[in-house]
Amino acid sequence: MAIEKRRATAHDAVAGIEDGSTVMLSGFAGAGFANRLVAALRDLGPRNLTLVVNSATHRLANTHELIAAGLVRRVICSAARGHDKSALSAFELLYREGKIELEVLPQGSFVESIRAAGAGIPAYFTPTGFGTELAAGKETRSFGGRDYVLEQAISGDAALIRADTADRWGNLTFRHAQMNFGPAMATASKLVVAEVRAFSDTPIPPEQVQLSGVFVDRIFVAGG
Amino acid sequence: MKPLNRLQMAWRVGQDIEDGTVVNLGLGMPVGVSDYVPHDYDVVVQSENGIIGVGPLASANAADADLVDAGSRRVTLRAGATIIDSASSFAMIRGGHIDVTILGAFEVASNGDLANWDNRIPDKGPLVGGAMDLAASARAVWVMMEHNTRKGAPRLLERCTLPLTAVRCVKRIYTDIAVLSVTAEGFLVHEILPGISREALQTRTGAKLVFAADCGVMETPEIALPEA
Repeated sequence: MAIEKRRATAHDAVAGIEDGSTVMLSGFAGAGFANRLVAALRDLGPRNLTLVVNSATHRLANTHELIAAGLVRRVICSAARGHDKSALSAFELLYREGKIELEVLPQGSFVESIRAAGAGIPAYFTPTGFGTELAAGKETRSFGGRDYVLEQAISGDAALIRADTADRWGNLTFRHAQMNFGPAMATASKLVVAEVRAFSDTPIPPEQVQLSGVFVDRIFVAGG
Repeated sequence: MKPLNRLQMAWRVGQDIEDGTVVNLGLGMPVGVSDYVPHDYDVVVQSENGIIGVGPLASANAADADLVDAGSRRVTLRAGATIIDSASSFAMIRGGHIDVTILGAFEVASNGDLANWDNRIPDKGPLVGGAMDLAASARAVWVMMEHNTRKGAPRLLERCTLPLTAVRCVKRIYTDIAVLSVTAEGFLVHEILPGISREALQTRTGAKLVFAADCGVMETPEIALPEA
């Protein structure tokens, strides 16, 4: 049967994401947020989610809506400080009340833990974070006279990522800095949904594919 | 002479950037350094989100929401630029491929410990970003910060009081009144703002200073801050 990964709507594309899932969300600095899929996930309404997202508070991401809707139990991120100095973000309001769990990782360890999961590596040593609060309680070891921290891989039940163009095989290209966490998250999650600007009726030229369709399960063509 | 403003500090750091190097500039004051790197230099500015070869800020009509640096600034690309994903960008950082990272800081200790990520703002969540990766793995870590807090407390200390970003990582410090390096003997002063005595600098510093044999005066051009 011919492969066809397109889904008609954003809601179809996120169908089946269940309560208690770990969901990875791409996006950084305003580029690469799959905001239409995130809005559809909010409508679907699975509860007790763990979000794996670089920023819990980015003002241009719909992550806020999942958090404000009370769907999120835990966030794994590298940034959880709202943009607004005077008003607290949806995350910060819950965090202050002790109603949401937080795990902060250095951004490089955050993405390396995701990359490791996608490559079948359960844990790895890094010098990043050694001697800091973020390494408290983690195993350390010395190699060649330098101290390292053991970090665990992070895998997801689902990843919602944003890309530019897809073909029916799920091959993806990205525009500018849109790529950021998308490819790593796609390798590390069981169900990978890509929101794209455009669909290509012809196969994307192989050498231009930036993420192989092998890592992508569903496509939602969102337009601009 | 008045303490340097942030643009003069950026100018001073810019004089020490070498042609052909790969640099990462932290949020806040450090990103301003690229404006003072000589135009004929090929300096590759690396940004954590995978922009390798950040150029000047984009004009309003050329700004593209997908072409942003790690500080969410809409930027342009330099000739020879590449765009990679975050995992590859952090492999570049953590694998030791960045020649110099210039970071802002709250405190630096005389052993090179850096505290620049958590100044304990009540109720606000934590934000570490890529600071720990850069501080741990760049070939050289330079800090750019005011010598004292707004209340006048020293930021250069025997030991940091705020949560650490990385241990024993800082090599050089550029403040608004001095240029120093971190050595086995502690902070070594290379330049002092004209009109500030060695004793006055020591008074404003929370660790013992050593003065380089060729310790000189900091000379920067007048650079006006833009109107707020």
